[in-house]
Amino acid sequence: MTEQGTTSGERVTGAQSLIKSLESAGAENIFGIPGGAILPAYDPLYDSRIRHILVRHEQGAGHAAQGYAVATGKVGVCMATSGPGATNLVTPLADAHMDSVPMVAVTGQVPAAAIGTDAFQEADIRGITMPITKHNFLVTNPDDIPRVVAEAFYIASTGRPGPVLVDVAKSALQAQTTFRWPTELNLPGYRPVTRPHSKQVREASRLILESRRPVLYVGGGVIRARASKELRTLAELTGIPVVTTLMARGAFPDSHPQHLGMPGMHGTVAAVAGLQKSDLIINLGARFDDRVTGNLDSFAPGAKVIHADIDPAEIGKNRVADVPIVGDAREVIADLVVALQAEQEKGTTGDYEGWVKFLAGVKMQYPLGYDAPAEGLAPQYVIERISGIAGPEAIYVSGVGQHQMWATHYVHFEHPNTWINSGGLGTMGFAVPAAMGAKVGRPEACVWAIDGDGCFQMTNQELATCTIENIPIKVAIINNESLGMVRQWQTLFYEGRYSNTDLQSQVQNSRRVPDFVKLAEAYGAVGLSCDHPSEVDATINKAMEINDVPVVVDFRVERDAMVWPMVAAGTSNDNIKYARDLAPEFEEDDL
Amino acid sequence: MSTHTLSVLVENKPGVLARIAGLFSRRGFNIDSLAVGPTEHPEVSRMTIVVSVEDSPLEQVTKQLNKLVEVIKIVELDDHDSIERELLLVKVKADAETRGQVLDAVQLFRAKVVDVAPDAITIEVTGNAGKLRDFLAVLEPFGVRELVQSGMVAIGRGSRSITERTMRPVPVPVPAARAIPG
Repeated sequence: MTEQGTTSGERVTGAQSLIKSLESAGAENIFGIPGGAILPAYDPLYDSRIRHILVRHEQGAGHAAQGYAVATGKVGVCMATSGPGATNLVTPLADAHMDSVPMVAVTGQVPAAAIGTDAFQEADIRGITMPITKHNFLVTNPDDIPRVVAEAFYIASTGRPGPVLVDVAKSALQAQTTFRWPTELNLPGYRPVTRPHSKQVREASRLILESRRPVLYVGGGVIRARASKELRTLAELTGIPVVTTLMARGAFPDSHPQHLGMPGMHGTVAAVAGLQKSDLIINLGARFDDRVTGNLDSFAPGAKVIHADIDPAEIGKNRVADVPIVGDAREVIADLVVALQAEQEKGTTGDYEGWVKFLAGVKMQYPLGYDAPAEGLAPQYVIERISGIAGPEAIYVSGVGQHQMWATHYVHFEHPNTWINSGGLGTMGFAVPAAMGAKVGRPEACVWAIDGDGCFQMTNQELATCTIENIPIKVAIINNESLGMVRQWQTLFYEGRYSNTDLQSQVQNSRRVPDFVKLAEAYGAVGLSCDHPSEVDATINKAMEINDVPVVVDFRVERDAMVWPMVAAGTSNDNIKYARDLAPEFEEDDL
Repeated sequence: MSTHTLSVLVENKPGVLARIAGLFSRRGFNIDSLAVGPTEHPEVSRMTIVVSVEDSPLEQVTKQLNKLVEVIKIVELDDHDSIERELLLVKVKADAETRGQVLDAVQLFRAKVVDVAPDAITIEVTGNAGKLRDFLAVLEPFGVRELVQSGMVAIGRGSRSITERTMRPVPVPVPAARAIPG
């Protein structure tokens, strides 16, 4: 870094330099917990304009940073001390890595002289997080702090976004240094390509026009690239049906007639058929994840593939691409629109009439649905009503399991960045802290965490943070007194032998363990409960009226409800069942 | 399976070797041979990595390597169009009776004796993997007491350099910081 390439230069401690760097990088909120090694940084942080939110567990800090990042599109920041503080960030970092969430984690490290000596609270967090971060740094020279922080934010937020860890030795925080915020960065090995190659775009538009059964397979890349508007233009220009993956829910309105829903293991029949029977898959920022493709060899056997992704390594990883396009989803889609518009002006349009009609028929014949139980409360109904009352402007955050799949289906999404969940890693306990982060980033929005009773018990300590820091989230516990998704697999594949999936929350002398209402109250939140369909609306409305403290609603639902449709793990998407033992029949004469 | 030789230019920073080795192991690729050393640019190191994979996994490993921030450039070297060398140091039993025959082999393979003891000699030889294999086969009957071999290093033929164009700095501007409310 040359002298000309920097601004200002004042004598400060490494800790002051770190906080000034975070301010300069645009950090507005930090979720964290102090400890020995990071302690020097917390002193200047005390005077900083950055809001620090003291969480109750570092995992909560990490997921909150993720929720903040997804809700706002900005880089989420979390902070922890060395050793156990840092290792508690491992799960959120892995989660952010899988779901391409821009995030910077700052950890304290033992003093440079003590590194490698098995010092108190020492863990090689850079080594530990190498496979689960986009990049990471260990800083022992205080002069490096501004450059490393600038690089970390740049790497986290550009190209395919991801988590970056900055581990700073305590000795570097305590030493004197000069703070100079760099004006340029030199990363010779990091040059993400965002502009798609025009030849590939032309080739893609040729395939699109030639195909008869195309489908737009939309992934999380469209959300991260903020390309929803462009996607809608492309879809409406061509009339091609759209499927949105778990990571892309909200990228295309659920109300749109071209939308077939979510594909995959628990996808809608229409979305699964739309991919499986297509002759051209136009993949925009998705990655042919195993939960989408099922058995790869039998996935969409008749389809050619256009694969657009900002990460070249995703293209051809699981499925060969006939037309690979490396680029930012927004730019790729915009260029495709221009290319296809030019063809239309010349009078060339695609002929997809039979295909669109066929899929419309499938969609009508096999809509999402569930049978309400004779007694008790259907979990799907609860989620449907939350969505109906809170509306599509609200932000919905989920944990992982049955409630996540029901939420993705029965929440009605109209806008991007309103659905926040753990897709790739599948982290139970994601919802409460991620909802907290989302609410910090979007305080004006209504934020509902739709959580399972198993998930909720993994991270509910952050309700204390929410109450104290005035972050009034709403939590709907879909309480089936069990680890529902695993229980469903035991029902289907292990002859109903429910080994260790019953949380036994109601059998302890008829007391509830835990009593979620009392638990909420203990944390200073409002606790509500509901166990009858007739009370659902009134309970949700009551929760909607409380905006000064967090609300937790214990929805005591029927425990035998299952997630349908379902493609059993490892089998072909052709074997989709829309209810137990019920397979759809396709009339393919139209194709 | 076929063998591929990758020349990987990396930033000379701590931890780079661990990143690359870790990537190979977690993505399920085996490294046959690895050699690391400096280049004509002090801030750049060069790794020569030999892997046995099919073509499509090779493309995947190259792409994954390219994603590492500290990896600057990857070039696959074609064995017909490049020079490949390994270094072998081998300690062979050789007494007064057999020493002459061992020295004949040394000469035939254009190897070099680097140490002599009453009952053994130590030989240094360089060459491609085939030559070293053949040399060892010749020495085998005398009794190989110890050997150590380097990973392969390789360089393309002709006047072109894989490093010269890579090292031009392309600085990116740091995005302006947003104002923090309050």
